[in-house]
Amino acid sequence: MKPAGVAPDKPFVIVGQEGQKQVIVAVNRHAQHEGIKPGMPLTHARAVVPHVAVAPAQPAEDAKALTRLATACLRFSPLVSVSAPDSVWIDATGVAHLFGGEQQMLTRIERLLRRSGLTARVAIAPTPGAAWAWSHYGRARIILSHTTDDLDPLPITALRLSSDVAHGLWRVGIKSIGALKALPRTTIPVRFGKDVLRRLDQAVGRAAESIDAILPPRARRRDLSFAEPISTAEDIRRVAASLVNGLCVDLETQQEGACKFDLVFTRIDGSTQAMRIGTARGSRDPRHILRLFGEHFDTIDPGFGIETAELTAWRVTALFPTQTAAEGGDQANHDLAVLVDVLANRTGAQNVYRVEPVATHIPERAVRNIDPIAAPTEAPGAWPTAWPRPLHLFAPPEPVEVTALMPDYPPAQFSWRGRMRKVRIADGPERIFGEWWQRAGEATESRDYFRVEDENGERYWLFRDGRMTADRNYRWYLHGLFP
Amino acid sequence: MGMELPGKKAVLLQDLRRQLRAWDRAGGTPAGKHTVLPFGVPALDAPWPDNGLPLGTLHEAAGDNGPAGFVAASAFMASIAGRLKGTVLWCGRGNLLYPPALAALGLDPARLLMVRARNDKDVLAVVEEGLRHGALACVVGEIERLDLTSSRRLILACEKSGATALVVRKPPRDGTANRGVVTAIAAASRWRVRAAPSSPHVIASAGRPRWQLDLLRSHYGTTGSWIVEAPDAQGYLHLPALLADRSPAETDEARRRRAG
Repeated sequence: MKPAGVAPDKPFVIVGQEGQKQVIVAVNRHAQHEGIKPGMPLTHARAVVPHVAVAPAQPAEDAKALTRLATACLRFSPLVSVSAPDSVWIDATGVAHLFGGEQQMLTRIERLLRRSGLTARVAIAPTPGAAWAWSHYGRARIILSHTTDDLDPLPITALRLSSDVAHGLWRVGIKSIGALKALPRTTIPVRFGKDVLRRLDQAVGRAAESIDAILPPRARRRDLSFAEPISTAEDIRRVAASLVNGLCVDLETQQEGACKFDLVFTRIDGSTQAMRIGTARGSRDPRHILRLFGEHFDTIDPGFGIETAELTAWRVTALFPTQTAAEGGDQANHDLAVLVDVLANRTGAQNVYRVEPVATHIPERAVRNIDPIAAPTEAPGAWPTAWPRPLHLFAPPEPVEVTALMPDYPPAQFSWRGRMRKVRIADGPERIFGEWWQRAGEATESRDYFRVEDENGERYWLFRDGRMTADRNYRWYLHGLFP
Repeated sequence: MGMELPGKKAVLLQDLRRQLRAWDRAGGTPAGKHTVLPFGVPALDAPWPDNGLPLGTLHEAAGDNGPAGFVAASAFMASIAGRLKGTVLWCGRGNLLYPPALAALGLDPARLLMVRARNDKDVLAVVEEGLRHGALACVVGEIERLDLTSSRRLILACEKSGATALVVRKPPRDGTANRGVVTAIAAASRWRVRAAPSSPHVIASAGRPRWQLDLLRSHYGTTGSWIVEAPDAQGYLHLPALLADRSPAETDEARRRRAG
């Protein structure tokens, strides 16, 4: 996908063969900026930018890379699907809360893409079709509930139509989804083929669309189909228990455990409802796994009934019998791992952590969050005790108005959150320098910290930014509160 | 307090309290497991049946609606949690406490298991889960709204496992008065912690912080109000030297230490 040796800030195009012609299939941002578009003949592009970098298209390699990307996206949701040639669908139903909401989930996805060196457009929407449309043609990123009119301004191509059909619509002046919807419904299939109406209905949620989920690598799977669709809560639980018990037996015979368990129910209308739980250590304890699922059973909406259920275990690791038996010394740690799993599945794994000190004087960097059940490998550093630290740290520090007798004196009074506080006692300064080896800008940075007590005895951690402002003053901040 | 009452009445009262305690324990806690945690300060230990804060139940502390009060109440609970053994589960929402400060309050940050939840409901669920789990001695929750029903749930969870629940009342984000402080909840004790000016004699340097500590309500009837010095690195509160009944020599030493 990204050939080596191409400068990221130069126009670059990928070229495919179309009959006798070499036609551009993809461009980077700089080429786009120069006016080069996919679909343009290469000769045309060379006329615009003579030295444009060119690479041949490798559709097979692209497809493989897209599948790899989709596999990487399995960390976000149990249901991930490849939508050739350039998209991946991630079903966010029932999993967004693990990331702290849709916004944070998107941020995490974008971070993964950026780390992989990909420029991508991400959108979240109520249907796969709408998400595709918004990510390819829209500006909005998060649409949680939409009316059928929201998509109106988007171009007709946002409906995933073949280029012939889109071209035909375009030629008769139907350029946006809104214009298409204005036509009488019955005439559309006759004039433009039945695909158009189907895609429109899928985008607005009038027709269901099931996405073809990919299977995680090295997964173990069990499924059940029902002659009569099930819909009661007890039935769902019973099915889940049966799948979990069966799969745990499979894992035991293979001497394996898994860290991720996805339970997917398919309803009779073809739509799916998924649950995912994770364990910090590989597990095949059916009671533990069922308990973790138990927290989410009320999120399952059976609709008119559930036809099939499927349980997939992945992130499979070797797990020998001795590791599952709770033995003497490890008992407490094992118990804690069980609790950590329960809490992580409720609040999201990144929200359950332990802390360890970092050797630095910068207060914001002095703490690191670590895996809650990681065995303490190397000896952790010591917590600094030389200077008192506040129990509450404001991130970022809050600016305050300070009056001091002289610019480099401790404050005499300061105003924070609209109230003036008279300083009775001040301790300091403790000078902390910026870490120039972390960020170049910090070379000139220094802060003078004061511990001050107001008339009521409330204690604050104030600092004076060492850099003078243009009008030869110092800026002051409140960084923390002492008990 | 009981000892101030004339002899016969006092004996009767003490007897009644002993019976009450026996009935309390019949609720589920095995008698041997019901222990107390002394404050090490006679004035603070006196209100409790066995001369110490009862464990295996729910205690609540609040500040005075400001951020400073919340921090003081958190520190008070941290000092109690620090004197118990084992892992401490600390759950709240938003920006949780800053661990480097904890060692000075007697709680080793390495013992903390932190959980950041989204809202009060999740905090309550996490605290309850932690209490029921059984391997933790103590669970601390920062909660804005707590009502009778949810506090009873926490107490039940405590009684089942013997773990202690410490709730710090978080002031509402919009700065309005915390209505929760007037709502009835089922807690063995309810404290209010506010900052108090440190020693008035030492101007050059801030002495050990002082708190106005009020025991607003207690399951055992007695309330009280004290000026205390914030916890030391072992998690023990002290009465300010000049107010405490100590020998003059000790007072001088304490004063020198404060002036440090």
